[in-house]
Amino acid sequence: MTLVAERPVVLVESPEPEHEHGPSGLLKWITSTDHKVIGKSYMITSFVFFLLAGLMAMLIRAQLANPDSTLLSQHTYNEMFTMHGSLMIYLFVGPVAFGGLANYIVPLQIGAPDMAFPRLNALSYWLYLGGGSLMMMGFLTTGSAADFGWVAYAPLSNSINTPGAGPDLWIVALLLTGFSAIFTGVNLVSTIYYLRAPGMTMFRMPIFTWNMLVTGILILIAFPVFTSALVLLWCDRHLGAHIFEVSGGGVPVLWQDLFWFFGHPEVYILALPFFGIVTDVIAVFSRKPIFGYRGMVFATISIAALSTSVWAHHMFTTGVVLLPFFSLMSYLIAVPTGIKFFNWIGTMWRGSVKFDTPMLFAAGFLVTFLLGGVSGILLASPPIDFATHDTYFVVAHFHSVVMSLVMAAFAGFFYWYPKMTGRMLREGLGKATFWLMFVGTNVTFLPMYLVGLKGMPRRIAEYAATDGFTTLNRISSAGSVLLFFSVSIFLVNALVSWWKPVPAGDNPWDASSLEWATTSPPPQHNFLRIPPIRSQRPVWDHNHPEDRIIERERPRLGGLVASANGGTVLLDEVGFGSADTIETRDPDR
Amino acid sequence: MGIPGVGKPRWVARFLLLSMLALVLGGCTLPTFGAFRGATAQGQAEFKLWSWMTIAGLVVAAIVWGLILWAVIAYRRRDPDKMPRQFHSNLPVEIIYTTIPLIIVAVIFFYTVTTENKIDAVAARPAVTIRVTGFQWGWSFSYRNPAGRQIALVETAQRRPPVLAGNPTSPEYPQFVLPLGETTRIVLQSADVVHGFYIPAFNFSRYALPGVTNIFDFTPVRTGIFPGHCSQYCGLYHAEMLFSVRVVKPSAFQTWLNAESASGVAA
Repeated sequence: MTLVAERPVVLVESPEPEHEHGPSGLLKWITSTDHKVIGKSYMITSFVFFLLAGLMAMLIRAQLANPDSTLLSQHTYNEMFTMHGSLMIYLFVGPVAFGGLANYIVPLQIGAPDMAFPRLNALSYWLYLGGGSLMMMGFLTTGSAADFGWVAYAPLSNSINTPGAGPDLWIVALLLTGFSAIFTGVNLVSTIYYLRAPGMTMFRMPIFTWNMLVTGILILIAFPVFTSALVLLWCDRHLGAHIFEVSGGGVPVLWQDLFWFFGHPEVYILALPFFGIVTDVIAVFSRKPIFGYRGMVFATISIAALSTSVWAHHMFTTGVVLLPFFSLMSYLIAVPTGIKFFNWIGTMWRGSVKFDTPMLFAAGFLVTFLLGGVSGILLASPPIDFATHDTYFVVAHFHSVVMSLVMAAFAGFFYWYPKMTGRMLREGLGKATFWLMFVGTNVTFLPMYLVGLKGMPRRIAEYAATDGFTTLNRISSAGSVLLFFSVSIFLVNALVSWWKPVPAGDNPWDASSLEWATTSPPPQHNFLRIPPIRSQRPVWDHNHPEDRIIERERPRLGGLVASANGGTVLLDEVGFGSADTIETRDPDR
Repeated sequence: MGIPGVGKPRWVARFLLLSMLALVLGGCTLPTFGAFRGATAQGQAEFKLWSWMTIAGLVVAAIVWGLILWAVIAYRRRDPDKMPRQFHSNLPVEIIYTTIPLIIVAVIFFYTVTTENKIDAVAARPAVTIRVTGFQWGWSFSYRNPAGRQIALVETAQRRPPVLAGNPTSPEYPQFVLPLGETTRIVLQSADVVHGFYIPAFNFSRYALPGVTNIFDFTPVRTGIFPGHCSQYCGLYHAEMLFSVRVVKPSAFQTWLNAESASGVAA
């Protein structure tokens, strides 16, 4: 098992890729199978959906700022919260991570030239763009866009209660994006299993890549069920299949089971990538290795495994689920999540923590996500769920979670933007974005916990002045304005970096994983040369030879680890660019 | 390898626990954290669990927030040239912070199950039985005698023109009545889509699920009028699917029921 140390010098000659002489401009973008181009397309597209969904949220907050509000009709309001949720969950938080950031970063982090199936990757993107556009086209239909909530509970989602093309477009859109996600899952898992550079063992992968592997597996578990359920729903609407209809012997609650069997793993499909970003960002900006790396991997895998057996905690008040089982499984997720928290803290502990914008966002994530986690524990208790289910307490809970993920996404944007564009974002504007978002999130969503406890149900278009919900709702609405400015400043920041570029260099953050070993932005097939991979931090090992970790010193869990790392003593003799460097393609020679 | 600095947050935790203990021993009532204390015996059981779990949750959160804050402040970069020691694991510490959450989970799970058994328990012989039906967009409350015959009916006026959501206790919305201190059986059904039968002051909601009959008990411990909402989104006028419940002394309840029966709805 000493393959790492004794690997001979490898010289890989790769021929010039033909498509370099291919089309240019728009045609190049449309026909590209480069993971970096597709990743950027994913990020830009999903960010557009984020902005649209954010504007819908602003309308929702404007409506709720006053009691007896008539700003939006009930019908329009129902469309707004349905499409806000659908765009955010299906078209932004997921795709921006597994389609955007992961697509761009994972091949770089493992030293691969591209994803395993580049054309499948392109298909994923075009399915996603097509699906997302179809969903938005609901607004152009004579009826309306989908207005049955982003969960589309049967039988509200049947053709009698919500007729029209808008809901149909919603279903078909999610079929397309469902397939897109499945293909991306296949691609991620294959890429991480098969395309790792020599020396990049599983336990040397950055945590972001680890989390994307687990996310990919979760996608393959959850999305096929959802996609099938959507087909069943479509059959109910158009072929009279009566799968979710009591009248034909069907079972409405079956939809809820199928939906949440997807829906809860989906929460972790959304969350795990961002846990990965935060882990890597904290380590880089603390100038330390990740604390408890193996525990982190174990925690990620446990979270994913547990997440497949907790779906019915969304259904505690149906009266038809086994409460203790789903309650216990939900509680148990707190244990690996807690491990992650302590590992994040341990990574900062006695470090040298520099608060550039990515690290600020990561710290904001920690603080906000903790609140979402603690309120999640409360909701995992069926009696407490009986009292708070479908109230704004739940809305506050999952927005604490999702807004923390959005902060982590911004940590990722700010962290990798220099790599992707070769330009730095402005620190001052970045910090303004962070503080507005952090304060805005808490001002918007903390009052929702209280208004939920006062008994305000979710998805109501209006409330009475006598209900006592007014003040708290006004505070929430004011907070949403801060969030609006936060995101606006981010857009300004991106524009400024475009007009007046500040060059980034290859490794502006003194980061440690492989993507920082190549140029910013990386060349066509990513690497001209790859440093030797002898630890979890190949680039760090090269830049800080005196602060490397010889793997042998690690606490060993078994003989396998010890023998696999048997040869790492050779580390001292090698360096980036020495004879041991793995050469790939160098056009300068 | 020891991790210096851990001692301080532990001290904070001890302080928090002690102050909590003082709070309880001092005979104070449990803090509500903004929630209802519960106007039924079942709701009170929920409240007790809520209050204790929120205390526990906030203590844990305070410790972790404290650790984050400490790490963020104490270890921020002051000297750009200083390289921190490259430690990356501490097995005993990792085992401790895996084990302690497991113990916490075991404890809260125990109290969760005992509480939910109390709330979900149904009496063998309830004093009153009400068949509640949710429909788009209203409720009907049908009082039944032991033989299952309807003896009184309260329901949302059919097809009233859509109005702005009023106060749930105002007269255009149905108000059903419960006797204080006696156990009422609710038999909950839906006539069309999924609705949520939610009474905030009772700390309770349950779906009216098509094709399923949900049965549960209320034992009111406080008189008064309490608002109720549909909590599960059910279509266009979801926001207006309001109702209220009035809890009165048993004698007043009997008077009310007799009057309702005599008004001929039941015949």
